[in-house]
Amino acid sequence: MRRARILFKEESIVRRARALPCAGEGGEKRNQQMKHIIAVLLENEPGALSRVVGLFSARGYNIESLTVAPTEDPSLSRMTIQTNGSDDVIEQITKHLNRLIEVVKVVDLTEGAYTERELMLVKVRAVGKEREEMKRMGEIFRGRIIDVTDRSYTLELTGDQAKNDAFLQALDPTAILETVRTGACGIGRGERILRA
Amino acid sequence: MKHNSAENASAAMADTAAKAPELMGAEILVKALQAEGVKQVWGYPGGAVLYIYDALYKQDTIQHVLVRHEQAAVHAADGFARATGEVGVALVTSGPGVTNAVTGIATAYMDSIPMVIVTGQVPTAAIGLDAFQECDTVGITRPIVKHNFLVKNAEDVALTMKKAFHIARSGRPGPVVVDIPKDVSFKRVPYTGYPESVEMRSYNPVRKGHGGQIRKALQLLLAAKRPYIYTGGGVLLGDAVAELRELVDLLGYPVTNTLMGLGAFPASDKRFLGMLGMHGTLEANNTMQNCDVLLAVGARFDDRVIGNPKHFAQNERKIIHVDVDPSSISKRVKVDIPIVGDCKDVLRELINMIKESPQRVEPSDLAAWWTTIEGWRARNCLAYDDQNQEVIKPQKVIQTLWNMTKDADAYVTSDVGQHQMWAAQYYGFDKPRRWINSGGLGTMGVGIPYAMGIKLAKPEAEVYCVTGEGSVQMCIQELSTCLQYNTPIKVLSLNNRYLGMVRQWQEVEYAGRYSSSYMDALPDFVKLAESYGHVGMLIERPQDVEGALHEARNLKDRTVFMDFRTDQTENVFPMVQAGKGITEMLMGSEDL
Repeated sequence: MRRARILFKEESIVRRARALPCAGEGGEKRNQQMKHIIAVLLENEPGALSRVVGLFSARGYNIESLTVAPTEDPSLSRMTIQTNGSDDVIEQITKHLNRLIEVVKVVDLTEGAYTERELMLVKVRAVGKEREEMKRMGEIFRGRIIDVTDRSYTLELTGDQAKNDAFLQALDPTAILETVRTGACGIGRGERILRA
Repeated sequence: MKHNSAENASAAMADTAAKAPELMGAEILVKALQAEGVKQVWGYPGGAVLYIYDALYKQDTIQHVLVRHEQAAVHAADGFARATGEVGVALVTSGPGVTNAVTGIATAYMDSIPMVIVTGQVPTAAIGLDAFQECDTVGITRPIVKHNFLVKNAEDVALTMKKAFHIARSGRPGPVVVDIPKDVSFKRVPYTGYPESVEMRSYNPVRKGHGGQIRKALQLLLAAKRPYIYTGGGVLLGDAVAELRELVDLLGYPVTNTLMGLGAFPASDKRFLGMLGMHGTLEANNTMQNCDVLLAVGARFDDRVIGNPKHFAQNERKIIHVDVDPSSISKRVKVDIPIVGDCKDVLRELINMIKESPQRVEPSDLAAWWTTIEGWRARNCLAYDDQNQEVIKPQKVIQTLWNMTKDADAYVTSDVGQHQMWAAQYYGFDKPRRWINSGGLGTMGVGIPYAMGIKLAKPEAEVYCVTGEGSVQMCIQELSTCLQYNTPIKVLSLNNRYLGMVRQWQEVEYAGRYSSSYMDALPDFVKLAESYGHVGMLIERPQDVEGALHEARNLKDRTVFMDFRTDQTENVFPMVQAGKGITEMLMGSEDL
């Protein structure tokens, strides 16, 4: 997964190095759909979430996942939005987010080094020799079993979304009874700090 | 910085609660309006706002204008705001009051008009229970406001109103809705005065443009061979008219205005090429397509202005875009030098830099460019059959009005359609904030409410509403309001018995299949005007146009409805069809 991150990092450098294109050049690279993780700090007020969601639906932007909760300062909420789009679209998304009155700060984490984590709970069938196999699989992916019945386990995994995807792919699909994922939450690496 | 939240406000109030007088939420609201200098409020009462109406009854500094439909309340306050630059205020009740106001709010939002719309709401305890006349006002209006508030505590009324006015008028202006439940307007709480200032950590609009960017823009502008200045409503909203005119005086470059920007630069000035866009002049559009450096100020390259963006991008040009709203920049067209800032501040900075620069633009540098432009202008694209003695040409009515009122203190409002375009093309707006129309949303029915809003604020001015028999019927009930509040306006209805612009599109793009664009069974507008207590005139012959306008103009204290029977098949030219490039113009009926 580290490789994937480095790849993003290099691409963002390429993106920044490129001069602003003028009207004539469409720029194929600019039109590429790229994954972006956008962190938003906003007032913890009723209706603030619906303004963000409404903006995405009204302007036809994608939301792959969205997580939100209050920060250590209860007057502020921190939101992580995973979206995809061309550079032009992402630029408009961040501008429009900033335009919302209750939004304090917006950062596209994918512009620099960042880490992302997602919590996933998976209920799997665990009968007979599957019980040992599921347990081992969970260990390989550094998951934990948080609930057990005589026919199932519930596993808790955290990681970036690719890791959680990989875990699901590693399982026999018929053994997956139920999954629930929080969506990505992200934070900048090193000294990058997002505060009001 | 600690956020000045409702908690702080209530804490502060608790300290002084002992000495502070207790006021009802509704009374605090009225005090807020007074503190903001509001003199007129347009509205319509109903159950949820009765305490507010009671508070208005007990004071005499704010005049309340009772309209006949909530949509017109918002339009009238909007028209007032467009003409004066102040924040327009409307007041409506919950439920249907709000839903009727929605068209007005969306109209103001699309044109970035500063407004505060106070809406009643059912009592807080009833919210969400499908109460009588309940609707989710904040939810319904969310996509069409700059911001909105639901006030849940009477203690928060003053601070919320302060924020609402601040948000409405600062940065890129826009309408703000303040939803006040009935129990909040009823409750008595200690009142410690209206806040003098407000700080919001999440809202700090940029004013000053980036100096380095402005310097880069200057280099481009001074080196341009084929420069062009294109300005929109932002120059009027940002009060940057004097700066624009000074800049053009320094540079001598050609200028165009969008529909929303007309009046920012004098139409009678030789450097003005007319309006650009779908019904812009040949010279304005060709110059747009062929310039090498474009300075865009307070405009947003919308689809009615640049036509097909792919066609627009075929010619290479450097674009400098000045706008207070970053999201307007590089939205439809890639920009080379974006400058986020207040138009007035940025243009002032640019002017100062030009004055300090040793480089000068010599008229000879631009001679070739002007020769090309004059070639386009010589085509005289707005020419029409103005000698016709058989039938009234709609353009003639506008030209006659302009000749008669160009030196007067006159405002022209319009509705939406062919008449709107003719007014924009043939009335030469020399002064800012004199042309009042719905550009972005294109709302039929705004004309009369706009006119009465302006007339109330500017009783000495002449206010003309150019409309059509289609649009005017969308808010014609306001003729009644005009009588009650003595706002004598002059309505020029260009009556061609068709929904003209629809008919034109059907002729051009739908092979003349006039589907539902003919209006049969029109009212007798003369009698209709008379029944509202006004003067009605029917004008059917070209030779009567001027006399009728004179007569109407002389009836200073009467509202006059002029029903001009115009040429039924006249089209607006030039015309750029939807999806076409801005230089791919139809110049007249010979191109059809």
